[in-house]
Amino acid sequence: MEAAARVVACECCDLLQRIGSLAEGHTAKCRRCGDVLRRRPRNGFERTLALAFSSLVLFVVANSFPFLAFDMRGLATQTTLLTGVIDLWNQGKQEIAALVFLTIELAPIAQIGLLLWVLAPLRAGRVPWQLPRAFRLLRHAQTWSMLEVFLIGILVAIVKLLAMASVVPGVALWSFVVLIFVLSGAVASFDPEEVWEHLEARR
Amino acid sequence: MRTRDVTALEASCASCHECGLLTRVRRGSHHDLQCPRCGAAIHFRKPQSLQRTWALAIAAAICYVPANLFPVMAVTSLGKTEADTIMSGVIYFIESGDWPLAVVIFTASVFVPLMKLAILFFLLVSVHRRSSWRPVERTRMYRLTEAIGRWSMVDIFVITIMVALVRLGNLATIEAAPGAVFFGAVVVITILAAESFDPRIIWDRSHEVDR
Repeated sequence: MEAAARVVACECCDLLQRIGSLAEGHTAKCRRCGDVLRRRPRNGFERTLALAFSSLVLFVVANSFPFLAFDMRGLATQTTLLTGVIDLWNQGKQEIAALVFLTIELAPIAQIGLLLWVLAPLRAGRVPWQLPRAFRLLRHAQTWSMLEVFLIGILVAIVKLLAMASVVPGVALWSFVVLIFVLSGAVASFDPEEVWEHLEARR
Repeated sequence: MRTRDVTALEASCASCHECGLLTRVRRGSHHDLQCPRCGAAIHFRKPQSLQRTWALAIAAAICYVPANLFPVMAVTSLGKTEADTIMSGVIYFIESGDWPLAVVIFTASVFVPLMKLAILFFLLVSVHRRSSWRPVERTRMYRLTEAIGRWSMVDIFVITIMVALVRLGNLATIEAAPGAVFFGAVVVITILAAESFDPRIIWDRSHEVDR
């Protein structure tokens, strides 16, 4: 399937230009500033739906099982993904707790939920409820979802603590790592323009 | 000769910030206009982009000072409390020979926020001076600030994980310290500042000089 040619304005430099019919797996870039005008992923619709659903499962696993354990001469601490957030809150650092909660819990689950919210009804032949609002929220969720940054934080913290004691990764950590890849795959293969075209074609 | 580049603004068109649809707008009637496809409000440019970006960038620069001067983390071990600033964390890694980690923390916590602020101030000043200097490169700089801002969160996440893991009663506990709040503020405010800047203004101004 090919998208129809149309005129767009570059988001970065406002230049008007025509995007030719864009084949799947291709990207159109602005001829003046090089910003991406449109990316058309291969088989985006089906792939996004599958990856978003897998992300949901991985997200639940990452939050339900032990994340990291810390063992210092027999004194052990077992943590889940949310332990740090709760501890920060109890230490009176509510602002940081809220920021961490937003970036590793709320925004990622919003991303997953909104992708499913949009794509599952379309798959069943229905128009998603509140579609424009869902797209708007999805853009915000993408800005604040920082799972991959958290992973670097984990690595740094582990190296810092290895000097004191041993750190044992749990099941949740592994599903968290897989979640990072699966969720960014879902986001990369999602093409909102395809959804709009789909809806316009049915009117 | 190549046909002259025409922007959407010059053609009295505006693209929707939310869904990207291009709409023709009659001059003088662009208030309270809605995108016919998604219903979002339509503007030629992000509203009050320069004022907002100035305000947020200055606020972030102010927060950057206490974020670096105050400790971000306090380690209590056997009754003794030791406070760590961002730089002392970097120095700790250098002293223990963990060069790669020292570089990661220094880049994420010190270099990235500074570079973001420097780029934002540079873009703001260049736009106010109606500069036509290298608009392509300036647009690229803008996209860079947008892409790298999130990586400053690394230090906040390291603190979160350390706080969760090290809770050994009298033996050792770790708490977040006031500097971390300011540092979190720097990250959030610079992300908002980058979001409120409209890179199309770079091109508007450089175009006026051409004519």
